[in-house]
Amino acid sequence: MIEANRQGDVWVVAEQNDGQLHDVGLELLSKGRELAETLGVRLTAVVMGADVARHAERLIHHGADRVVAAEDALLAHYQTNPYAKVLCRLIEEHKPQIVIYGATPLGRDLAPRVASALRAGLTADCTDLDIGDHVEPGTKEKYDRLLLQIRPAFGGNIIATIVNPERWPQMATVREGVMRLPDADTSRRGEVVRFKPDLSPADLPLKILDHTRAERKVNLKAARVIVAGGAGVGSKENFRLIWDLANALGAAAGASRAAVDNGWIDKDHQVGQTGTTVRPALYIAVGISGAVQHRAGMNEAQKIVAINADPHAPIFQVAHYGIVGDLNRVIPMMIDAIKKRV
Amino acid sequence: MAYNIVVLIKQVPDTKRITGEAMRDDGTVNRSALPAIFNPEDLHALETALELRERHGGRVTVVTMGPPMACETLRESLERGADDVVLLTDRRAAASDTLATSYILSCAVRKLAARKPVDMVVCGRQAIDGDTAQVPPQTAEKLGWPQVTYVEEVEAVEGRTIRARRNTGTGTERVECPLPCLLTVTDQAPAPRPPSAKRIMAVKKARSRAEIERETPDPAQAQARAEALQTRGLLITQWDLQDIGADLTWCGRDGSPTKVKRIQSVVLKGSGFKKVEPTEEAITTMVHELIEDHTIG
Repeated sequence: MIEANRQGDVWVVAEQNDGQLHDVGLELLSKGRELAETLGVRLTAVVMGADVARHAERLIHHGADRVVAAEDALLAHYQTNPYAKVLCRLIEEHKPQIVIYGATPLGRDLAPRVASALRAGLTADCTDLDIGDHVEPGTKEKYDRLLLQIRPAFGGNIIATIVNPERWPQMATVREGVMRLPDADTSRRGEVVRFKPDLSPADLPLKILDHTRAERKVNLKAARVIVAGGAGVGSKENFRLIWDLANALGAAAGASRAAVDNGWIDKDHQVGQTGTTVRPALYIAVGISGAVQHRAGMNEAQKIVAINADPHAPIFQVAHYGIVGDLNRVIPMMIDAIKKRV
Repeated sequence: MAYNIVVLIKQVPDTKRITGEAMRDDGTVNRSALPAIFNPEDLHALETALELRERHGGRVTVVTMGPPMACETLRESLERGADDVVLLTDRRAAASDTLATSYILSCAVRKLAARKPVDMVVCGRQAIDGDTAQVPPQTAEKLGWPQVTYVEEVEAVEGRTIRARRNTGTGTERVECPLPCLLTVTDQAPAPRPPSAKRIMAVKKARSRAEIERETPDPAQAQARAEALQTRGLLITQWDLQDIGADLTWCGRDGSPTKVKRIQSVVLKGSGFKKVEPTEEAITTMVHELIEDHTIG
């Protein structure tokens, strides 16, 4: 069990697979940078694998002051136990005050294992992080500058703010795509620390027989934000705007049956009664009139934004925000507003 | 070779069925109005265990932690073919976060293992109320066992080794893992079998002591009923924290490092429709509102 260490760094666990850094680690560095500056401490990125120190420069350009590269041939392919062992050892040695992970399948496999071993708190799938004070209701004890871990729960029907007052490090996994991914600042300089964990084969209980990388098929059900296009988009060329907006939001692209039938997008992306039923936090319907079959697949979205040239389109009846206008003008304005957020 | 398998399940409010009745006038959710269901992925965990028992022999024991009402899911487990069920219920376990919950569950698995070594614990990937997916890996760590998460298919169990295909999010991976181990399964794992009509009749009267005490206020009558059920094998095993030898400082609120600071209800509908003009200013305002209420990060 690790006590509060107010001088401790903010750590980001940067995930890599097959030699590629995962974007979510870079997103977390941008949020981690804010947290570290608020606390007046360093931001450290931890990267584990067989040959990972070469990622250090990119991690520094994205905000890390220091990179800890844990390298061992036995870390070449992810498995829970050796990664958890190395990370626990590093955390026990350096006593960071905050450790954040991407809420990827890997992060969600690793982080709870580490939290349990350290007896530290862990909050899953945060959509925002902040620093703030906390008064414990029972004891009235006041804690300054804790990590506020903000996450949806209960099927997305509540937003909970979780704190971890005493048993540190304060740890959280953060959803992909919810933090900004700013451009690299190539003028940034930082320190690189190499760590040799000296693992033995006994540390690896699993034998990986084979692994395949599937072409990333759209997973609409898991998407927190969906940008969907319909007949009103008008052409395959215009459908590019749907992708652009989706990319700006880290969202999945969806479509109505009409758009699929027109061949503008693959059927995997179809939302509605004959496609996928979705329940995202935000559904942006562009050029979708909102036939009942489509609405049946998306009207449980928590927030719906409808963009349509026809002011009488039924989609506006289920929308929270409605924009009557030309998508060629509206979407670029939305992308601009999203990129400018701070 | 026969295997002793424990399945950890949870009764959850059906968050996918938020209908008008479960909505308050202010647009927030009235949780108690939601039906309580067997957590969907846990049904796949149970099916995975039952199929392994059919292939190799052994026993399937289902364990749930929760209020006495959670016995509904235990009866459902019996209807679907579980051999034994255990209710873990204790007021002192209330407000347990994932770490405290995993500790309690690991104590229960250890208690079962003391009678007969447990070869595998099978869980659903995550519960639909919290969606954290943390309890199974934390339970594996507490037991000191390896974990294989997001399993879609158990291909084979040979001797003391299990071979499984798991979804890594970016593809699939086939792994071999020594027993004992903990598996979490997704909804791609075998689809749950329906309850058997014969078993429904057979287990209809199964009750835990907590349920009997609620249904039969007179202590002497309650005791007689419990004894009658026991002789027929219909008394659901019920343990509290003492029964499983749990250290109370690791349980409940005290054992939970995370604390809920604030809960805000997300207003689903009835927040009204906002017409947004197709101007840069109006669109920027809308995007800011969506960021403010955490709809987008």
